Amino acid sequence: MSPATGTFTPAPGAAPYLRMVRAQASMETRLLLRNGEQLLLAVVIPVLALVGGVLGAERMGLDLAHRPVDVLTPGVLALAVMSTSFTSLAIATGFERRYGLLKRLGASPLPRSGLLLGKVGSLLIVQGLQAVVICAVAFALGWDPGGGVTGWLVALLGALLGTLAFASLGLALAGTLRAEATLAAANLVYLLLLTGGGVVVPRSTYGAAEAPLALLPSGALGDVLRNALLEGTVAGSALLVLIAWAAVGSVLAARLFRWE
Amino acid sequence: MRYGETRAVDGLSLTVERGTVTAVLGPNGAGKTTTLETCEGFRAAQQGTVRVLGLDPVRERRALLPRIGVMLQSGGAWSGVRAVEMLEHVARLHANPLPVPMLVERLGLAECGRTPYRRLSGGQQQRLGLAMAVVGRPELVFVDEPTAGMDPAARRTTWELVEELKADGVTVVLTTHYMEEAERLADTVHVIDRGRVVATGSPFELTRARGQATIRLVVTEPFPREAPESLRATLGSGTEVTEINQQSLLITGPADASTLAKVSAWCEEQGVLPESLSLGQRTLEDVFLQITGRELAP
Repeated sequence: MSPATGTFTPAPGAAPYLRMVRAQASMETRLLLRNGEQLLLAVVIPVLALVGGVLGAERMGLDLAHRPVDVLTPGVLALAVMSTSFTSLAIATGFERRYGLLKRLGASPLPRSGLLLGKVGSLLIVQGLQAVVICAVAFALGWDPGGGVTGWLVALLGALLGTLAFASLGLALAGTLRAEATLAAANLVYLLLLTGGGVVVPRSTYGAAEAPLALLPSGALGDVLRNALLEGTVAGSALLVLIAWAAVGSVLAARLFRWE
Repeated sequence: MRYGETRAVDGLSLTVERGTVTAVLGPNGAGKTTTLETCEGFRAAQQGTVRVLGLDPVRERRALLPRIGVMLQSGGAWSGVRAVEMLEHVARLHANPLPVPMLVERLGLAECGRTPYRRLSGGQQQRLGLAMAVVGRPELVFVDEPTAGMDPAARRTTWELVEELKADGVTVVLTTHYMEEAERLADTVHVIDRGRVVATGSPFELTRARGQATIRLVVTEPFPREAPESLRATLGSGTEVTEINQQSLLITGPADASTLAKVSAWCEEQGVLPESLSLGQRTLEDVFLQITGRELAP
């Protein structure tokens, strides 16, 4: 039986891999930018932290080795990476599983690697947009980055490693808990690291906690970006800490992540 | 397949012919979804063999998935995504997708095209789910309860689409607990109950092959306990009596006036007052009841 060509005559096949990844990344980016809460986390909080921190530091006479805006801007960029790669990703993924989206895509031609690459692509696009906004505000506040081209390149490397570390940890979290619990836990961890994680302000302002904070991904990412954008230097041990967290996070995510 | 101590699907065996519509019919909890998800590669069979288009749905999943379309029983989209946007996204994952506007039109999704998924009605979500299953021009479509929760108009639209899929050479496997749906659409019906196939055949073979009719007798007071036995004795061989509940009986046998007369006489003799006595063609519902002793509809 060979039916005549009709509307639904089968012509199955997967789209080319890169086209699928691009479609996934652009879809996830659009949805994230459309979501008010996610936007608050991605842009509003970091900008408020930057402006508030700069004005507050001048008023309180916080003793930093450099001008407040030069110290705080790299820290706020680190915060932006953390908020998107960890908190936003964990929350969004938790609800994607809850609403059966992961199952739906699991029955589509998009392989899991393509879904993950799409997610990473979307994180990088969103973080790029965040960086543009934060840097613009920082320049308006008189930011004068001191690391030159080397500084920018090292900062970019640090941001990529930070993305891998935080994203894998975020997926591990979303794979372990139910969607609502993921929402609560991801926000709580974000608040704790924002205030006590050595990300926005240097570890040296935390007193006795200075040394242990170097081992947290938040402290390490803050260190890498501050060193790079203040002096143009490479915080080698902090980069190693980020690599270690990325490795641990990937193993955890591979073990704990459930698609349904 | 077990979930803990429960055997959801147990020794189930069925074959689907290409280019046909197959209905897997059974009550809630019969194992329909588990069977489908095993074919879709979401679960590995704990025993036995599953081949879909000649492929192992778990080990050869990557080769299989582009060739099949899957409609989930519920969900399957971001909560904030617009209906048409979601369909366009799934279309972009395929090499030769159907034109999205055509599907939107066919399935009546135009009026809710810009509505976020979470605000679609149940029937709209179902239709979007069906559109996502067929947009990649698959050879084989699995649809799980396609019309559950749909209004009659949407149900007709869905049935017409399934009929057109078949006409164009697409193989369709659907689960349902609606008799009408299986009778109208399916070439082959597999009736399953408690994880096993209890009957297989075309709707015609299952319902009418023996040229029998069905009489449903409902009475006002519960029957005496020995009522089915006594009615069986009255009607003689060639007639089956199944107890539906304490006040209704299903009688399957020759569709003639003499059977009806005997049933009426029996009622008089037993002193029971019929509330309704209806004669009709045997339906799949009756077949299910007769095989399992239970009603299909929840």
